[in-house]
Amino acid sequence: MTPNFLKVYAVTPPCGWCTSLLVGALALVLACSPPDRRSSEVAEDRTASLAAQGVAAAGAAAVADDGQWIMPARNFASTRYSGLSQITTANAGQLQLAWTFSTGVTRGHEAAPLVVDGTMYVVTPFPNFLYALDLTQPGAPLKWTYKPSPKLAAQGVACCDLVNRGAAYHDGKIYYNTLDAHTVAVDAKTGKEVWKTRVGDINVGETVTMAPLVVKGKVLVGNSGGEFGVRGWLTALDAESGKLAWRAYTTGPDKDVLIGPRFKPFYAQDQGKDLGVKTWPGDAWKIGGGGVWGWISYDPELDLIYYGTANPGPWNPDVRPGDNKFTAAMFARDPDTGEAVWTYQWSPHDLFDHDGVNELILLDLPIKGQTRKVLVRPERNGYIYVLDRATGEVLSADPYGYITTTTGIDLKTGRPIEVPDKAPQTGKVVRGICPAAPGTKDWQPASYSPRTGLLYIPHQNLCQDVQGTEANYIAGTPYVAAIVKMYAGPGGHRGEVTAWDPVARKAVWKIKEKFPVWSGTVVTAGDVVFYGTMEGWFKALDARSGKELWRFKTGSGIIGQPVVYRGPDGKEYVAVLSGVGGWAGAVVAGGLDVRDSSAALGFVNAMKDLPQATTKGGMLYVFSLP
Amino acid sequence: MRTSVLILTVLVSLFGCEREERNLQGIPQSVASGMPPVRQTELQAGPTVRDAGTYSPYEGNAYAVSQGKTLYNQFNCSGCHFQGGGGIGPPLMDSEWIYGSDPENIFETIVEGRPNGMPSFGGKIVNDQIWQLVAYVRSMSGLLRKDVAPGRSDDMQVRPQEQATQKARPVQSAVPPSAERQ
Repeated sequence: MTPNFLKVYAVTPPCGWCTSLLVGALALVLACSPPDRRSSEVAEDRTASLAAQGVAAAGAAAVADDGQWIMPARNFASTRYSGLSQITTANAGQLQLAWTFSTGVTRGHEAAPLVVDGTMYVVTPFPNFLYALDLTQPGAPLKWTYKPSPKLAAQGVACCDLVNRGAAYHDGKIYYNTLDAHTVAVDAKTGKEVWKTRVGDINVGETVTMAPLVVKGKVLVGNSGGEFGVRGWLTALDAESGKLAWRAYTTGPDKDVLIGPRFKPFYAQDQGKDLGVKTWPGDAWKIGGGGVWGWISYDPELDLIYYGTANPGPWNPDVRPGDNKFTAAMFARDPDTGEAVWTYQWSPHDLFDHDGVNELILLDLPIKGQTRKVLVRPERNGYIYVLDRATGEVLSADPYGYITTTTGIDLKTGRPIEVPDKAPQTGKVVRGICPAAPGTKDWQPASYSPRTGLLYIPHQNLCQDVQGTEANYIAGTPYVAAIVKMYAGPGGHRGEVTAWDPVARKAVWKIKEKFPVWSGTVVTAGDVVFYGTMEGWFKALDARSGKELWRFKTGSGIIGQPVVYRGPDGKEYVAVLSGVGGWAGAVVAGGLDVRDSSAALGFVNAMKDLPQATTKGGMLYVFSLP
Repeated sequence: MRTSVLILTVLVSLFGCEREERNLQGIPQSVASGMPPVRQTELQAGPTVRDAGTYSPYEGNAYAVSQGKTLYNQFNCSGCHFQGGGGIGPPLMDSEWIYGSDPENIFETIVEGRPNGMPSFGGKIVNDQIWQLVAYVRSMSGLLRKDVAPGRSDDMQVRPQEQATQKARPVQSAVPPSAERQ
């Protein structure tokens, strides 16, 4: 890494053109693209150094920060930590609006804006516009708009509003996915489409809502559709051409799951041949779900990517006896070949739609006197897991919310200890299931500060009643077979922000919110945590105490991921998309009728008062100190 | 005499072979064959023609409506519209209709699908069952008589019964809620 780093900085700034001309004389092809190549190499190195910073985050204090935000979680370790420190706990109270931008779209805005080379890139929900805003000009005027024109029909197979979780930058291109299951590469300077690849089929219920990650020249993309009986996969596309490099299915025979000689899962339950077939009745694995719509992390030293797999389908567990591998699980894979290196299943035979796709934060933590390479996962089932990221061993799993469905995680077998009374059944109503289907935490990503050693976890406090129903698989229609009715958990509040110490394994402080906290968090070297509420408040907290420092009321509920960057003027900015929606906000974004408690998979019952608290409408808000 | 035979022959050849039309199922075979034109707008070009009324056969048939309710769940209508509150698809228990609330409109919506995500079920469900579905869907917002609409549910109670649902006077939804302009 270091020699490359030196090369770029030694050669390009003083005489980038001379070098390019020299190269150009040798090869005409290269001569056509010297400016692009130069900036992208720099960016690539920044990526690498950021990743290293994130991975080594645990011990390190604030490292020099390039002020950009080029991938969904800011770095490969997924810490969502910004090294900028102009905004501090002392001055955050003076934050004020710098500028805004209307997206013209009214569905749920879950994406993180990207900031690269003085330009901000914003991806909207369906119809998935990509806007480039010029940060070097006052008010950040629009540079260009890219419209991918996804198929309208895709709206009919998107389970939970028409969201998109953002883009990734690599080598002069912006990569993101469209609802109708395409991946696009767009030239970051011109807004012209470089390539567009169809990765899935809406006719079998496949959509793509996740933010891709680019690792070693491959764009990693996974499908959504666990409520439509899809067969989950993670796909690697060549970043230059968009051509398929590999695809790893979540279910099916080992050759499809890319399980080979390197596969060494830690627990006996995950060892054996073709478990992706044998742990299902008949051919149910072909429509068994296990999509990959969440987050991907990457450890450059171990050279492994990490990602989770979603719930098995249908929700009604009666029709799929067995462990349903490898749904509600996670994989460590080789990014070059896709080969599985290890797996771990959070919820074997998932009973509650507990997708295992949440973020995996890669940290080096002192555990029992040793520094361990771990990944930390605030899981949907209510436990925060700390796993050895080289082997897949669970080092700890502690509850961070109210749980009635399990009594703990057996660290010997890796399996949750289930409460049989809470298992849903066909034709029977089971009440008091906590956490509810969206879990203690859903997709909304946590952040981690190496300065405080704490995770800042946005999440919810929900329980539910469930009745299993008859399951009919009809391709392109939902495959859920459960009637659900959610409501607030103990205390009556539906959202929380928890600051969690992963070494001491306990919560340090908690903030209660009326509605689920469906936005991400971000934390800075100024020890300020930012997040948004579904009423529309954007808040700044003291990272050490949880004390509120500042708040601003945006136009709609916030479910986006805040980002922090340094503008071309040298100032620190905080940006967030406002625009309610997502599963939690579908009642507003989709104009649903609150008299039906089961609407939007039962989430509406818990959100009946949201239409009185906010209205829809997408808008970007950017804040700075005066 | 010869003239009358000729006239008779002509008449027989004209009408003799045409039998009385009997629709044994008592329902139209398709939208095209039996129904008045299906409109989604009040505006008509030229003189306004009043439609002759509906062909929907089950508007007053409690048994068929309850069959429709079963089919509504079995064909996964409930997967998107849930028990009327909506989710992936729009609510069906409220007053807003994007593509029309008349039985013929709903029949067409099911058969042909709609561009913003409603799948086409044409050729997948027999017409008789589609009409049962149509009647049930209309009962969800109280558009059927109370003694026809279902009064109980076999599953977990998640909404007021169709029978107890107040009639929601249909209004046309200006913009499909899910359709942003591309």
